[in-house]
Amino acid sequence: MLDYIKSYLTSNLTPGSAGNMFWAFVYIVVIFLGLSVAVIAMNWLERKILAHMQVRLGPMRVGPHGLLQPIADAIKLLLKEDIMPAEADGFVFWMAPIFVVLAAFTVFIVVPFGPTHAVTDMNIGVLFMLGVSSLSALGIVMAGWASNSHYPLIGALRSSAQMVSYEIAMGMAVISAVMMTSLNQQGTGTLSMIGIVQAQQAQGIWFIFKFFPLGLIAFFIFAVAMVAETNRAPFDLPEAESELTAGFHTEYSGFRWSLFFLAEYSAMIAVSSIAVTLWLGGWLRPFPNLLTGAKWDLFFFLFPGITFLFLAGMCFYSTVRMPKHPLFRIQTIGLAGFGVVLGLIGLILFIPAVRERVQDIYWFSMKVAAFMYLYIWYRGTFPRYRFDQLMKVGWKILLPMGLGVLILTAGVGLWPLMQQTIWNR
Amino acid sequence: MGDKAPHRGQHIQVILKDLNRLTDHQLWLGKHTLDIGTITPHVYTFRDREEILKIFEKYCGARLTTHAFRIGGLQYETYDGFEKDVKNFLTFVAPKIDEYEELLTTNRIWVERTKGVGILSGQDCIALGVTGPVLRASGVEWDLRKAQPYANYKNFDFEIPVGQNGDTYDRYLVRMAEMRQSLRIIQQAVDALPEGPIMAKVPKVMKPPVGEVYHSIEAPKGELGYFIVSDGATQHYLLRVLPPSFVNLQALDTMCRGQLVADVIAVIGTLDIVLGEVDR
Repeated sequence: MLDYIKSYLTSNLTPGSAGNMFWAFVYIVVIFLGLSVAVIAMNWLERKILAHMQVRLGPMRVGPHGLLQPIADAIKLLLKEDIMPAEADGFVFWMAPIFVVLAAFTVFIVVPFGPTHAVTDMNIGVLFMLGVSSLSALGIVMAGWASNSHYPLIGALRSSAQMVSYEIAMGMAVISAVMMTSLNQQGTGTLSMIGIVQAQQAQGIWFIFKFFPLGLIAFFIFAVAMVAETNRAPFDLPEAESELTAGFHTEYSGFRWSLFFLAEYSAMIAVSSIAVTLWLGGWLRPFPNLLTGAKWDLFFFLFPGITFLFLAGMCFYSTVRMPKHPLFRIQTIGLAGFGVVLGLIGLILFIPAVRERVQDIYWFSMKVAAFMYLYIWYRGTFPRYRFDQLMKVGWKILLPMGLGVLILTAGVGLWPLMQQTIWNR
Repeated sequence: MGDKAPHRGQHIQVILKDLNRLTDHQLWLGKHTLDIGTITPHVYTFRDREEILKIFEKYCGARLTTHAFRIGGLQYETYDGFEKDVKNFLTFVAPKIDEYEELLTTNRIWVERTKGVGILSGQDCIALGVTGPVLRASGVEWDLRKAQPYANYKNFDFEIPVGQNGDTYDRYLVRMAEMRQSLRIIQQAVDALPEGPIMAKVPKVMKPPVGEVYHSIEAPKGELGYFIVSDGATQHYLLRVLPPSFVNLQALDTMCRGQLVADVIAVIGTLDIVLGEVDR
C-alpha cells in the first residue's frame, strides 16, 4: 500500500493524466474541506465586513470578535428541528438541496489552483463549469415546486428566469475570452481552464487588459452577470424579503437550509474563480511581465508571508486592546493563539521551498477573495433591482454589449491574419 | 384666551419641532430604502437619529414624544448646555445628510426604482386631500409654516422645496431638501435664542368660550389638524384629529394604478405613513 502511494508521490504527474487518480482523490478531499472552511469563513467575514460598513460591530460574543460565531451557527442549524411541510412533495423536497450543493461543488473539479493543482484538466473545462453551475437552477426550481407554497414557487421561477437570461450574456463574455487564447503563433485556442491561464502567461498579458478596452468590457459583463447568476444583491430578487419572504428556501429549515447556504456561497466562489481564471490570470502573480527585476521579485516573494504576518499583527493588536477582565481571559488567549497560528503560517511562507509549492494557490485565493469582498460591498451599497429592470439589464444591455464585444474581439484578433492573406498576396 | 407663548418659548418650540421633523425624515429614509432593498442607509439614519433622541431625552425625559408643549408655552426650561448640544448636532448632521445623498441620489438602481413610480399630479393631491412632502413633491407650494404661519415661523428664513414630477424620486428629493431646510431653521433659532420666560401667564383653570376652532400645523408627514368644539365647560365637548398618514394613505390606489406589484412597496414607503395613525 505504502509503495503504491509512494509511486504516486514520486511520479511527476499533471492534473488529468491517467496515472493521477491518487492526487485527484487527494485534491477532491482537500477542496471539499477547504471549500467548507471557506464558506464558514465567508459567513463570518460577510457579517463582520457588512457590520463595519454599517457602523455596527457585528458578532462579538462567541469567541474573540465573534470568530466562533459561524461554528455556533452551524451547530444551531444541525440541532434545529427539520420541518417538512405536510403538503410538500417529499422526495423532491429532500433531493433539491442535495442537487444544488452537488452542482456547486462539482464545478470545482476543473478549477485550476495552479498549473499542477487541480483535480483534472478537462479539455472542455469552461463548458463543463458553465454547464454544471447552471444545473443549480434546476435544484432551485425543484425546491420551489416541492415546497407547494406561493413564495417559494414565485421565488424559484424568478430565480430560474434570471439565471437562464444572464447565462447568455455570461456565455458571450466567456467566448470572447476563450477566443483570445487562440491568438498565438499556432492559432490554437483552448477551453481548458489550465490552458487558458497558460495562454495568458504565454501572451504576457491578462485577458482583462487584452485589446483594451474589449477585455475589460467582457470582464465587466461577466462580473455583472455572475452576481445575477448567484442571486446576490443587487440582483437578489429570488430572496427579496419585502416581496417574497425568503424566496425558494422559505419552507426550508435547519440542515437543509444550511445546504442552500453552503451552495450559494460555494457558487459565489465558483463563478469568482471562473472570472479569475479567464481574465485575471488565474494563479499568476500580479503583472509578471511588467513588474520584473530583482526588486519586484523580492517584493512578490515576501508578499504572501507579509499578508499573513499583517493579519497576525492585527490579532495581537486586538489582543492588547481586549478588556482586562477575568471573563475575557479565554477570549484573549484564543485570539493570541489565532495570531500565533497566522504568524507561523506567514513565517513558513518565507521558506522558499514551501513558497514555491503554494504561491499559485495563494495568488488564486487572493484574487477570489477580492471578488468575495466585492460581493459584500455590493450588498452593502446597492438597492434591489425590480424584476422587469433586471430582465432589461440582462437582455437589452448586457447581451448586445456581449455580442458587440464578441464580434469586435474576433475582428481585432483576425486583423493581422487578414492583412497577411489579403494585402500581401 | 390669546395667551401667546413668550419669545423664548416659541424659539425652543421651533427647535424641537424641526428636530422632530428631522427624526421623522431620517426614520422614513431608513425604512423606505430598506423596503427597496438597500440595507446600509437605514443604519446610518439610526446612528444620526440617536443624537436627536439624546437631546430630547436630556430635555424632557421622553425620547420620541417631546411632551413639554403646553397652552401658553413650554413646561420645562432647557437644560444647561442645550444650545451647545443643538449646535454640535447641527455641525454633526450636515455632512451626514450629504452621506445619505451620496449613497442614493445618483445611484442608478435607486433612480430606476423610484423615478416615474407612483406618480401623483398636483390636482390629484388636492382632490385627495394629500398634504405634506407628498403634496409638495407634486409641485404644489403649500407649507403651513409659510401659508398660515404659526409659532414664529414667519421670522425664520427658509425655503419650501418643491418637486416637479410627483414621483417617488421627487418625494425623496423633497424630503432630503426639507432636512436641510430644517437644519437652517434650527440654526437660526438657536443662534438667536432670546432670554426670558418660556411660559406665558395662563390661568390654572381655563374656560374656553362656546364655539368651535380648527387649528393645524405642518407635521413632518403632512397637515396635522385639531378640531375642538367647546360648550363653555373646562373640558372640550368634542375633539377630532386630522392625521396626515390616514389622509395620505388614500392616495395609494391612485398611485398604484398601472404600476407593478413590486412598486407597491416603494409607493407605500414613499407615503411615509405610520399605521398606528391610520388604524384608529
